[in-house]
Amino acid sequence: MNPTTKKLQLAAVAIALAVSGAVSAEDFAGKTIEWTIPFSETGGSAKWGNFFAPLLSEAMPGAPSVVVKFMPGAGSTKGANWFQREKHKDGTTVFGTSGSTQFPYLLGDPRVRYEYKDWNPVMATGTGGVAYLNAEDGKLYDGTANKLKGKTFVYGNQGATRLDLVPALAWDMLGLDVQHVMGIKGRGDGRKMFESGEATIDYQTSASYLKGAQPLVDEGKAVPMMSWGALDSSGDIVRDPTFPDMPTFKEVCDATDGCETTGPQWDAWKAFFVAGFPVQKIAFLPAGTPQDVIDTYVAAFDAVGARDDFAEISSKRLGKYPMFTGDAAKAALETALNVNDEAKDFIKGYLKDKFGVSLDK
Amino acid sequence: MEIITTAWQALGDAWTLILNPATFGYLVMGVFLGLSIGVFPGLGGIAGLSLLLPFMFGLEPVYGLALMIGLISVVPTSDTFASVLMGIPGSSSSQATVLDGFPMAKRGQAARALSAAFASSLFGGLVGAAFLTFFILIARPIVLKFQSPELLMVSIFGLSMVGILAGRVALKGLASAGLGMLVASIGEGPFSGELRLASYDYPYFLDGVKLIIVGLGIFAVPEIIALLRTNRAINERGTLGAGWLEGVKDWWANKWLSVRCSLIGVMVGVIPGLGGSVVDWIAYGHAVQTTKDKSHFGSGEIRGVIAPESANNAKEGGGLVPTLLFGIPGSGSMAIFIGALALLGSGELEVGQVMLKDNLDYTYAIVWMLALANVVGTVCCIIFSPQIAKLTNIRFVLIAPFVFMIISFAAFQSGQNLLDLVTLFGIGLIGIFLRRFDWSRPAFLIGFVLANPVENFSNNAYQIAGIRMNNDGLAGSLNYIFSPIVLTLIVITVISVAMGLRQAKHIQAEGAVAAGRKRAPLIFTLLVTLFVCCMLFNVAQIPDYARVDAIFPLTIGVVTLLCCLVLLLQMMFKADDDPLFADTETVMNTPVENTDKPKGLWSTLAWFGALLIATALFGYIIALAAFLLVFFRYRAILPWVKALILTVCGVAFMMAMAWLLNRDFPPGWLQTIVTLPWPLG
Repeated sequence: MNPTTKKLQLAAVAIALAVSGAVSAEDFAGKTIEWTIPFSETGGSAKWGNFFAPLLSEAMPGAPSVVVKFMPGAGSTKGANWFQREKHKDGTTVFGTSGSTQFPYLLGDPRVRYEYKDWNPVMATGTGGVAYLNAEDGKLYDGTANKLKGKTFVYGNQGATRLDLVPALAWDMLGLDVQHVMGIKGRGDGRKMFESGEATIDYQTSASYLKGAQPLVDEGKAVPMMSWGALDSSGDIVRDPTFPDMPTFKEVCDATDGCETTGPQWDAWKAFFVAGFPVQKIAFLPAGTPQDVIDTYVAAFDAVGARDDFAEISSKRLGKYPMFTGDAAKAALETALNVNDEAKDFIKGYLKDKFGVSLDK
Repeated sequence: MEIITTAWQALGDAWTLILNPATFGYLVMGVFLGLSIGVFPGLGGIAGLSLLLPFMFGLEPVYGLALMIGLISVVPTSDTFASVLMGIPGSSSSQATVLDGFPMAKRGQAARALSAAFASSLFGGLVGAAFLTFFILIARPIVLKFQSPELLMVSIFGLSMVGILAGRVALKGLASAGLGMLVASIGEGPFSGELRLASYDYPYFLDGVKLIIVGLGIFAVPEIIALLRTNRAINERGTLGAGWLEGVKDWWANKWLSVRCSLIGVMVGVIPGLGGSVVDWIAYGHAVQTTKDKSHFGSGEIRGVIAPESANNAKEGGGLVPTLLFGIPGSGSMAIFIGALALLGSGELEVGQVMLKDNLDYTYAIVWMLALANVVGTVCCIIFSPQIAKLTNIRFVLIAPFVFMIISFAAFQSGQNLLDLVTLFGIGLIGIFLRRFDWSRPAFLIGFVLANPVENFSNNAYQIAGIRMNNDGLAGSLNYIFSPIVLTLIVITVISVAMGLRQAKHIQAEGAVAAGRKRAPLIFTLLVTLFVCCMLFNVAQIPDYARVDAIFPLTIGVVTLLCCLVLLLQMMFKADDDPLFADTETVMNTPVENTDKPKGLWSTLAWFGALLIATALFGYIIALAAFLLVFFRYRAILPWVKALILTVCGVAFMMAMAWLLNRDFPPGWLQTIVTLPWPLG
C-alpha cells in the first residue's frame, strides 16, 4: 500500500469514527464483539465473517475486538436455533446467516425453530452463481439448450433442500436430463467430480467459479453456460456484474423452446434464487436490541462500505456485489423472505416428485 | 518432459517458500513443541496437533505448515527417549525400540543407544522425504484421474490393514474397527440428514464425535491414567552415560540395514490408515532375520535399535502420500493435519487431487520441510538430551494434571461446549478398556478415520454406477467400477490381507498382555454388543425414503455384531487363560516384589471425574484451580506452598492460552446464576 492510500484510508476511518460517534453515544471500547457463524471454519460464510470482522472492529466506536466464532451443525439450523434463544445483552452478539439458513426456513423444515422476523438485520451481501458444461457437450451449446436435449448429464448434488435446488430446477426448466448424485460434501467435491469426468455438468458460486472453474474454462475443459444473474433496483433479473459477458438463466430460458419465464414455475425459481443468491449472507443482532445499538452497527458497516479500498478488497474476496446496510438490509431481507405460498408449495411438490424428499414430517 | 519441468518449477517455488527466516522460525517452534510432547509416553502427533489447531486459523499457510510439519516429524525422534530411558514406548511406532534400547540403557549405554537411534531417525526421515518427492512426480498424472471407485478402493485398502493390527485375536481387532466406524457414524446422516443415535433435543451429537476427542481419548487418556497409577518417574536413573560417537559409528556400520528399513518404513507409511503401529515391528523382524548372530536381540543389540528407528521416521514421509494425494488420512495425526490445513490462510489449501493440481509448490514445500525438520529435530535432540533426560526424572504425578489440563483444553476447542469434556471422558474410558482388554486401539482409530471416506465414496460410486447402467448398460457400469486401477488395488489388497493375517500373530501392537479371569473381559464384550445393538435398532428406524443414511451403519453394525456374538460364544467355551481374556489388570493385581503397587483404576479416574463435575458446577477455571491444588496436595503429597505455586502456574498458563486465542472456558451452573468477569464467567 502506498503512503497516500494509507493516509486516505486512515482519514476515512477517522471520519467514519467521528460520524458513527455522532450518531450514537454507544461506546464499545474494551468490549469483545462475538460474531457467530453457524458453519464450519472452512466454508464461504467463514470467509465472509473473517473478511468483515477486522473492518467492523476498526469502524465501531471504541474499536472493540471482533471475534468470529463458529457453531456448525445441521446445515446451520443448530446455530440459528441457538441465536433464536439469545436476547440482547450489551450489543456484543452478532450472527451471520447464509442461503442454507434461509431455505429450510422458507420450506418449513420441522427442525427450524427460528424466526427471521424476530431478528434485526444490519448488513447483507449477495453473490451470484454460474453453471458450466463439459467440453464435449459444450460444443452443442449455442445460448439455448435446444441441442442439449436428449443428452444425459450427471451432477454432484449437496442435498435437495440446499442451494443446489436453484440449478436443479433451472436445468429441469430447460428440459435437460440431469441425473443427480446426491450427498456430495460441498461444491468443491462437485467440481472434483466434474474434473475427473464423473460429473458432466456443474455450478459454483461466483468466488469459487473464479478460482476453481475459470481455469478449466481457460484450458478448454469446461464451457460456461449461464449465470443466475443479479437483481436490479426494481427487482428484475439482469446480467451479473461479475460476469457481464455471460447470458443469464433468464435469457437462456427465453431462447430455449418450451422454457417459460412466466408462470408458477418461473416465480418459484426466481423466489428461491433471490433467497439464495442476491441476498445470501446477512448479519443480525438478536431480538430486543435497542435502536441506538442497531444504529451504531449500521453506521459502522456504512463506514466499512465507504472505505476507499473497499471495492478493491471486497471484489477480490467476495466478488463484485453490493453491500446493503440498515434499511437497505432490511429491504433485502424482506425480498429474500417474501416467497409466496404458491412458490413454496410448488417447490415442496417439486422436491417430493423429483427427489422423494418430504418436508411435512 | 512436461511433467518434469512442471515439477522442477514447483520444487524451486517450494524452496522459495521454505527459505525464509520466519518460516524457519515456525519450523523450529514446531520442532520444540514436538520434542516436549513426544517425550511423554502416549502423547504424540495427535495430541500435539490438537493443541496447535486453535492457532491455525487464518495463519499464513506456509507458517502453519512449518509449525505442523516440524511437530509431526520430530515426534518419532523424541519418543525414543521414553523407549530407551524408561522402557515404555513413547508412541505406538517406537515399541520395538524398547526391546533392545532399554537393556542398553540399563547397561549404562543410554547415550550410545540414543545417538544410534537419532542417526537412524535422521537418515530415515531424509529417505522418506526423497521418496515422497519422486513418488509425487510419478503418481501425479495417475492420481488426477482417480474417480470415486478408485478412491473408495484406496480407503478399503487402508481398512483391510486392520487384519495386521488385529493382534492375537483377529475377531477382536475386527470388532474394534467396526466399533470405531459405528462411533464415526453417530450424528446427522451425510445424505438425507437423518439422525443416527442422536436427537434434536440434545444437539451436541448432531455433528458426531470429533476426531480430536477420539484421538486424545483413545490414545492419550489411557496412557496418562496408566502412568499416573504406577506413580513413578518416567526415567529413574537419569544418567545417559557416554558413547555418543560410538552410537553414530554403530549406525554407519549398519547403514545398509538402515537403508532397507527406511524403505520398509516408507512403504508401510504409504498404506492409508496403517500409520505407525506396525512399522517398527516389521523393521525389527527384518533386522532379526538378516542378522547372523541372533542371540543378542532382546538384551541390547544395537541393530534392534537402528532398524525400527530408521523405519518409523521414514514412515512419516510415506504417510503423507495418501494424505496429500487423495485427501485420505494416512493415520490419526494425518486426519487432524487435513483438518488443520483447511484452517490456514483463507482456506485456499485443500489436500487431495486439487492440491496436487493447483498447489504443487505447497506440496513440495511440505515434503522438504519434512526433511529439514528431521535435521533440526535430530540436532535439537542431541543438544538438549541432558535436559530432556532430566525432564523424564520428574515424578509423573506432578506432570499428569498439567497434561490432562492441556488435553481437556484442546478437546474443548472442538465444540466450545462442556459436553466436549464429558465426551472426552467417555471416549477416554472406552480407550482405557480397549487397552486393558487388548482390543486393538489403532484398529479403532482406523475405523473411525476411514468411515467417512468409505461411506461417501461408496455412495457416489453406487449412484454413478446406477446412472451409467441406465445410460450405457451393464458394461458401462462395470467398466466404471472395475477400472484397471481398481483391479490393481483389489489385487494388492488381497495379497496384503493374506500376508497380514500370517504376520498378525507376531505383531502385538500393544505388547504382550496376560490373560486372567473371565468376568471383566466378558462384561466389556457384552457392553460393546449392547452398543452395537442400540445403533442397529436406532438406524433401523430410519424411514425408507432416507435409507441411504442407514445402509452404511447397518452393514457395519451387522458385521460387528456377528464378530461380537462369535467372541461371546468362544468365551463360553474357552479356558480363562486363553488370549481371548487378555486383561492388563491381571498382571497388575498379582502381588510382585514391586513395592509401589499401582493405584486403583477407579480411584485415579475419580480425580478426573471430580474435575468434570466441578466444571459443570463452577465453570472450568474455578474447578481447575481447586482440582490442581487438591491433587498436588493429597495425591502428589506436596507441601501446601509447592502445591499452590504449581496451581498458580497451571491456571496462569491456561488463562494465557485462552487470552491469546480469544476463547472462553466452559461455564458451569454457578455462571447461570451470577455473572462473573472473564475468565471466571
